[in-house]
Amino acid sequence: MEDKVQDPVAGVAARLSGGAIISAIKDAGVGYVLSVPDLHTSYGLLMPIADDPDLKLIRVCKEDECLGIAAGLSYGDKRAVVLIQYTGFLYALNSIRAVAAEHRKPICLMVGLLGKPPGVAPRDAKRVGLRAVEPILDIMGIPHQLIETDADVPRIASAIIDAYEFGHPTALLIGRRPVAP
Amino acid sequence: MMNRMECLRVLADHVTDEIVVATYSSATDWLAIVDRPLNYFAVGAMGLASSHGLGLALARPEKRVIVLDGDGSLLMNLGTLVTIGAVAPANFVHLVGHNGSYEANGGVPIPNKEVDFAGVARAAGIESCHTFTEIDDFTAAIGSLLKAKGPVFADLVIEQGPLSKRDYSDMYAPARREAFRAALDAGA
Repeated sequence: MEDKVQDPVAGVAARLSGGAIISAIKDAGVGYVLSVPDLHTSYGLLMPIADDPDLKLIRVCKEDECLGIAAGLSYGDKRAVVLIQYTGFLYALNSIRAVAAEHRKPICLMVGLLGKPPGVAPRDAKRVGLRAVEPILDIMGIPHQLIETDADVPRIASAIIDAYEFGHPTALLIGRRPVAP
Repeated sequence: MMNRMECLRVLADHVTDEIVVATYSSATDWLAIVDRPLNYFAVGAMGLASSHGLGLALARPEKRVIVLDGDGSLLMNLGTLVTIGAVAPANFVHLVGHNGSYEANGGVPIPNKEVDFAGVARAAGIESCHTFTEIDDFTAAIGSLLKAKGPVFADLVIEQGPLSKRDYSDMYAPARREAFRAALDAGA
């Protein structure tokens, strides 16, 4: 399932390590991962997370459950990442609007951009759903970052830590299929 | 047939330091009975009360979390029962006011008034599931249900109304979220 192509910017083979992402969320103090499976991240992230004794995985039925659970966890200073696909992000918009955007809870969305070719900006993707993700986040005032190569991974922990320390949501857009550890 | 207000008054006699998550009509009536910092109304989106409650139960395992849900709200997030059944927090109590309507939205009927919520919850993996139609039965049971190993689910079959005065701007005020956080941090 490895998604390894020539990076048009760097001109070298680029990859995204699932193990590095998992290490980054642990470095940010995350103890819970709340998820609906996403083909884009299942092999590289979700399955390894399920086997990781340092992370508690809660499998939910629909994405909006994650918003409530993460908000509740935050009242015990328990940090969580919401691992979903962009279609699930679109499904859960009303909950994201309420809990993340309006209540400013530290919701950390990790959104798999299934079908977005690496090296193509989400706003330039062919699929309308992919093109909609960043504008929606902008309208909601949710900061977001594209995580597409290993060079982007160091920004994950700082984004999560900032969200919890200053009380705001954040979104990490997984732009290429992570390689399983 | 019971009504929500009398059920909540019975519940209030047993509530001490529990977290109470309440939504829509249940929240309105609960607030009219007991205004306290450990009330949590910041559900945000219809249907999410039990999901917030699940997160709180995991975050604060030393405290009991009581969710006051509605039948219309639960139907919007029915999968939550499967998630709760799988996670099985021992400190979680889920009470559903079942009046067959979206009462806060004008009393419009839910798709099927006769749905067996306790049966659905049991099939979803929650072992302790109950249905109450008479206030005497609920009064006799609620004390032990609040002490029982969770998750506990109870369908409270009630009539519509009467509704207490609604003031969502007060109920959802940031000050209430801050007071809730402060009460938890103070060890309430």
